[in-house]
Amino acid sequence: MLMELWVVPALPLAGFCVLALVGKRLSRWLVAGIGAGSVGLAMVGAIYFSHDFMAFEPTGHLYRESLWTWLNVGGFSPDIGLYLDPLSVVMMLVVTIVGFLIHVYSIQYMAGDEAYSRFFAYMNLFVSSMLILVLADDLLILYLGWEGVGLCSYLLIGFWYQSAANARAAIKAFVVTRVGDTAMAIGLFLLFTQLGTLDIQEVLVRAVRQWPVGSATAIAAAGLLLAGAVGKSAQLPLQVWLPDAMAGPTPVSALIHAATMVTAGVYLIARMHDLFIIAPPVQTAVAVIGAATLVLAGCSAMTQFDIKRVLAYSTISQVGYMFLALGVHAWSAALFHFMTHAFFKSLLFMGAGAVIISMHHEQNMFKMGGLRKQLPFTFWTFLIGACSLASLPLVTSGFYSKGLILWSVWATGHPVLWGAALLGEFITSVYTFRMVFLTFFGEPKGEVSARPGPIILGPLVILAFFSTVAGCVHIPRPLGHFRLFARLVEQALPVPPMQPLPIATEVVFQLLMQGSVLLGVAFAYVLFLRRNDLVAAWTARPAGNALHRFWFSGWGFDWVYTTLLAKPYVWFAHASRDDAFEWIYRGIGAINRGLHEQLSRTQTGLVRWYAVGIVIGAVLLLGLVVFL
Amino acid sequence: MMLPVLILVPLIFGVGAYVAARVSVAAARWIALLSLAGNLGLSIYIWIAYFGPISLAGVTGPWVLEWDAPWIAPLGVHFHVGMDGLSLLLVVLTNLLGVLSVAASWTEIEERPGFFHLNLLWVVAGIVGVFLSLDLFLFYVFWELMLVPMYFLIAIWGHENRVYAAVKFFIFTQFSGLFMLLAIVGLYVLYGSQTGGTFEYANYIGAPIPRGIAMVLMLGFFVAFAVKLPVVPLHSWLPDAHTEAPTAGSVILAGLLLKTGAYGLIRFVVPLFPWAVADFRPAAMTLALIGILYGALAAYGQTDLKRLIAYTSISHMGLVLLGIFAWNSLALQGAVMLVLCHGLATGGLFIFAGALQERTKTRDIRVMGGLWSTVPRMSGATMVLALASLDLPGLGNFIGGFLVLLGTFRAYPVYAAGASLGLIVSTIYSLRIIQAVFHGEKTVDWKIADLHPREVAIMAVIIGALIWLGLYPQPALDTVQPSLNVMQQTPARGPAQTPVDATPGAP
Repeated sequence: MLMELWVVPALPLAGFCVLALVGKRLSRWLVAGIGAGSVGLAMVGAIYFSHDFMAFEPTGHLYRESLWTWLNVGGFSPDIGLYLDPLSVVMMLVVTIVGFLIHVYSIQYMAGDEAYSRFFAYMNLFVSSMLILVLADDLLILYLGWEGVGLCSYLLIGFWYQSAANARAAIKAFVVTRVGDTAMAIGLFLLFTQLGTLDIQEVLVRAVRQWPVGSATAIAAAGLLLAGAVGKSAQLPLQVWLPDAMAGPTPVSALIHAATMVTAGVYLIARMHDLFIIAPPVQTAVAVIGAATLVLAGCSAMTQFDIKRVLAYSTISQVGYMFLALGVHAWSAALFHFMTHAFFKSLLFMGAGAVIISMHHEQNMFKMGGLRKQLPFTFWTFLIGACSLASLPLVTSGFYSKGLILWSVWATGHPVLWGAALLGEFITSVYTFRMVFLTFFGEPKGEVSARPGPIILGPLVILAFFSTVAGCVHIPRPLGHFRLFARLVEQALPVPPMQPLPIATEVVFQLLMQGSVLLGVAFAYVLFLRRNDLVAAWTARPAGNALHRFWFSGWGFDWVYTTLLAKPYVWFAHASRDDAFEWIYRGIGAINRGLHEQLSRTQTGLVRWYAVGIVIGAVLLLGLVVFL
Repeated sequence: MMLPVLILVPLIFGVGAYVAARVSVAAARWIALLSLAGNLGLSIYIWIAYFGPISLAGVTGPWVLEWDAPWIAPLGVHFHVGMDGLSLLLVVLTNLLGVLSVAASWTEIEERPGFFHLNLLWVVAGIVGVFLSLDLFLFYVFWELMLVPMYFLIAIWGHENRVYAAVKFFIFTQFSGLFMLLAIVGLYVLYGSQTGGTFEYANYIGAPIPRGIAMVLMLGFFVAFAVKLPVVPLHSWLPDAHTEAPTAGSVILAGLLLKTGAYGLIRFVVPLFPWAVADFRPAAMTLALIGILYGALAAYGQTDLKRLIAYTSISHMGLVLLGIFAWNSLALQGAVMLVLCHGLATGGLFIFAGALQERTKTRDIRVMGGLWSTVPRMSGATMVLALASLDLPGLGNFIGGFLVLLGTFRAYPVYAAGASLGLIVSTIYSLRIIQAVFHGEKTVDWKIADLHPREVAIMAVIIGALIWLGLYPQPALDTVQPSLNVMQQTPARGPAQTPVDATPGAP
């Protein structure tokens, strides 16, 4: 039976409380047990509830659970309540399953760290916040999870706080996402002021009833929520925090990129889809932002040296695909790609982590190479993840999810966006296989100092399995037309407005996409394995060099923000250190002191001066009396 | 009779502590601690016994508890005190922070401890009196009463530049208090005869004051409260006073003294002069915006830890000012909530700064950094307080800030949107505290002790209260709501007056 759903987010939260309060006094095994165990239990609970949900099919395909009224003032009474529908079922399952595997992996990966309990405490809080976010019944409680996720990213990116650079990256992540959050908060004010509630379902119902399609208020509300989504999901123009977020330990990156945080924006838009549908310009903006982001971030990914930064830019790019799908109303496609991406991206991050600890914490791919032989296990699992990221045909889950996105974009009548997405496919396979070739092929350049242990490899194998088979839940028409995933999700989200195109067209477009992917692999093979000299020759030229640096630095966004915002802010802050208003009061004080000095000079102590004063005064007074 | 007791206990035991210190310093500390704890217990008892839904149902009129005695008969001055939900919560906060201040100064104050506790308890008495007075004359007396002991607290037990800070504090508050006195006298002279020749605050509500005169009198009150709150540009005393005061002084200043300004605006300025307030609103809201952003900006630039925290208060109080002048149920509840939570969170931050200074003998954040592993308990507690001040949901400050902005947005969306920038700038300065003190590389290899059990207990109380107010604020909101309703309705009672703001959501 569907009851006591609150247990799912409460378990990791309880884990956090225990670890934060007494974690230091517990043995390492106990810490690991509580940390991973609480998420594991949450996963069991999530699977149990999902099973019940699908088995019993509650009326309206949703289940609500109200815990208590958060507050009740002047008609504003948000509930602390949970909401389960197919959308949140998918999110909850992915968050807990991937989150649990990352926790297990961390048991060994973080084993040498002295702040072991602090790490697991933050990770548990992270998972708990994300679960609150995806299960929230009310926008205010969603905002609680939303901010909790932002806080945890700050805590974990700056986990190794001794280095100032890490702490800076953490602050950057928090502040940049807070910019989006603030826009979102204003959006909530607007929604409440206009609609009188923040209950998600009620907001959607009333918005559709009150606002005509394309009304200014709807556009403003959807736009403000989009700004929040863009911040959390690291899309243009707020994507700058994510590449720097690599400062955190690798499991953290896996958690941020795969299961939590960056997908929050995708979830928000999917959850509020009715609002976005009645704001067509915002919907278009979502698609355009997605398409632009996926190309820009892909170009940056091709130029990175640091294996984790390649993956970071690839996340931005892949979330761009999800935004693109959302923008063309292909809701289930976006969610499908979210799921497969969670599997293969966490696999890639954890594989990269295994490589990094095997190489004395070396992250530069140009100092790796030839690891295929030395780390075969890691290599094969990483390769499976990479193939899925590049969406190689038939045997990878990425093939099915991205294929669905591209097809939906075309079939909903967006040829330009489709072109960008196709270009993105090519770029994706170039940077993915560049990464694979540089790391695992060629001549060995570094020493392998340690081999990853079984607790690290176990999650990799499981995720490799998922990365391969997860695509089977939705198979396109030319290959068999199996729509399990879409059928489930379409209980909660509308069906995309696709044109009825013939199967032959779909086959052609599948082939086009595969052509672009395979071309990318071949390109990477030639440039980064056979003819390294070609790349060197290109980047040696001034134009090539400039382009390389431009892409490498993420298209100059950081520079613009630093110059236009951060530096002036710091300058003004330092200028305000001594408080400009202070001068007003100093001035008043100085005038007083000046008067005091002038007047005290008249107190000479000489009787004749006083006598003169009295006489002058008397004359003046008499004169006044006489002449006035 | 309970209300005068709330004022008399600290007054009498303050003298008791002073006398006891001649015999034993520990006795003085215990007397101060236990008397304030008793007072806290009494105020919580009042809350439970008189402010429950059942007891409230039997109350007629705005005051749940009231005590009245003639004082200066020829002028019609009464010792008239009364308590409603708003004053109750502020009295609870006052006594709670009083207890915490005594606890926080347990080892800090070595010099003249008897006189220190006398002053500390007298400040508390003055503040409780301010929150309870219903007679304008009496209100002014308590207003001054809290000033003098505070001056001594800063001037005697303060840090390097204490005399300058104390004199500045004294001049600012005294000078602005004078404006209020003039306004009170003006009210009495002009309209006293029509209202029975008393200083009774309730009698002046709805008095037929012409617009121009109302504006002048309103500004008299406003200046006094604006200095206390403080409102930029009248904030100049605050950074100095907060920085130079001993820990207990800073806690009382930030946690309570500033709140008397907010209380005065809610209790006196708007109900007495609704029209003038409506005219003045754009100016006040603009000042609020300036305060929010300027305070945050200046906070980020500081290198002195206590000064940094002091400037954050200016920013937060800007939000309170905004909420008060928006004057609808949501914004007012938010302002009250913010007052309570800011008192706890910023009081806690000053206790942290004091604890750190006691250990390192410096407040300069440039020589700190990387302290997390050295003092994990202090770091964790401070992190929570910093998160409270950046309005993280789940902690009480978020409820306050969100309600203020939500309420303001209804009527004044542009001001609310501008004030929302406060969410960003507060993140920047709050993280700077964490970053500068606990993160980064160690500049100096401090060998300092983590929080002692006494300090852990202080922090636990504060953090517990913040989480409670963050997740289940309803008991506090319900306590305040009736008194806010009364004050929002009062302007309608007078002739030639209309309500300042028709609130759609008001019950």
